Amino acid sequence: MKPPEARQEAGVAAFDATDRALINALQGGFPLCDAPYRDVGEPLGLSEEEVLVRLQSLLERKVLTRFGPMYQVERIGGAFVLAALKVPAADYEKVAAAVNALPEVAHNYRREHALNMWFVLATETPEGIAAAIDKIEAATGLEVFAFPKEREYFVEMKLHA
Amino acid sequence: MPDAIDDLDRRLIVATQAGLPLVPRPYHALAEQLGMSAGEVRRRLAAMLESGIIRRIGAVPNHYALGYRHNGMTVWDVDDARIDALGAQVGALPFVTHCYRRPRRLPDWPYNLFAMVHGKDRAATDAHVAEIARLLDGACRAHDVLYSSRILKKTGLRIGG
Repeated sequence: MKPPEARQEAGVAAFDATDRALINALQGGFPLCDAPYRDVGEPLGLSEEEVLVRLQSLLERKVLTRFGPMYQVERIGGAFVLAALKVPAADYEKVAAAVNALPEVAHNYRREHALNMWFVLATETPEGIAAAIDKIEAATGLEVFAFPKEREYFVEMKLHA
Repeated sequence: MPDAIDDLDRRLIVATQAGLPLVPRPYHALAEQLGMSAGEVRRRLAAMLESGIIRRIGAVPNHYALGYRHNGMTVWDVDDARIDALGAQVGALPFVTHCYRRPRRLPDWPYNLFAMVHGKDRAATDAHVAEIARLLDGACRAHDVLYSSRILKKTGLRIGG
């Protein structure tokens, strides 16, 4: 008989009710005061040390992908562009490795469609996007379909834990 | 136009883009690292929050770990004359985390509205898609839902020091 944690579905980390409350509390505005972790813990009945230990563990177990300021890169002159490739099935792993190797690739997802690889390019200047696209086309021999955003209607990463 | 940031803002961004220090006095730790006062660190972060360079300071959950395992990129071919009004309404739905207008890539890609929806099971996500379809009724010619079947890379924004 496997221990309970081993029976978790693959890729999904376990977290308890206290972690859940902490995740929800940390999705709001984090205080800009001397001891912000203490202030976040107080209403939850957690000490500063407990908040830090749990937060560290949630990040290590990848329940949280990150904790800190979320920067809007376009506001400081950078660029974000969603792009996609039609990757032949036989070449998928090779192309994924070539695309992921570029530091400009922030996220990359496999999706089920003729356009089956979707990634986000993040660069410090708008010109950096075109250069990254050229590099990907040269490395893979595939056409990059770029989908720069024309209007942003809503962006919010919060989800209730 | 990009907002003006100075060299100290830039160093602060580089120091925090991977996350805030997990220590009891995180702003003091940054201050020490950057050779400015903790008050200056907090003032600069507050100013960047105010101007929108920082969207918020907080935790970014891994959707899968929180149980949102059916995450679909829904895409819609919406009448150009109505997309801005409708896009704002789609973005306001509680299960939509990102909503953008993007260019079509004909003939491969007829869709101009992208909305990420999240559900804990397939039925929940299907219900969300149906709700968007009702909202767009009469203005939408076609739609598709691209489920992510694998995360190939997820590192987030990195700008150089």
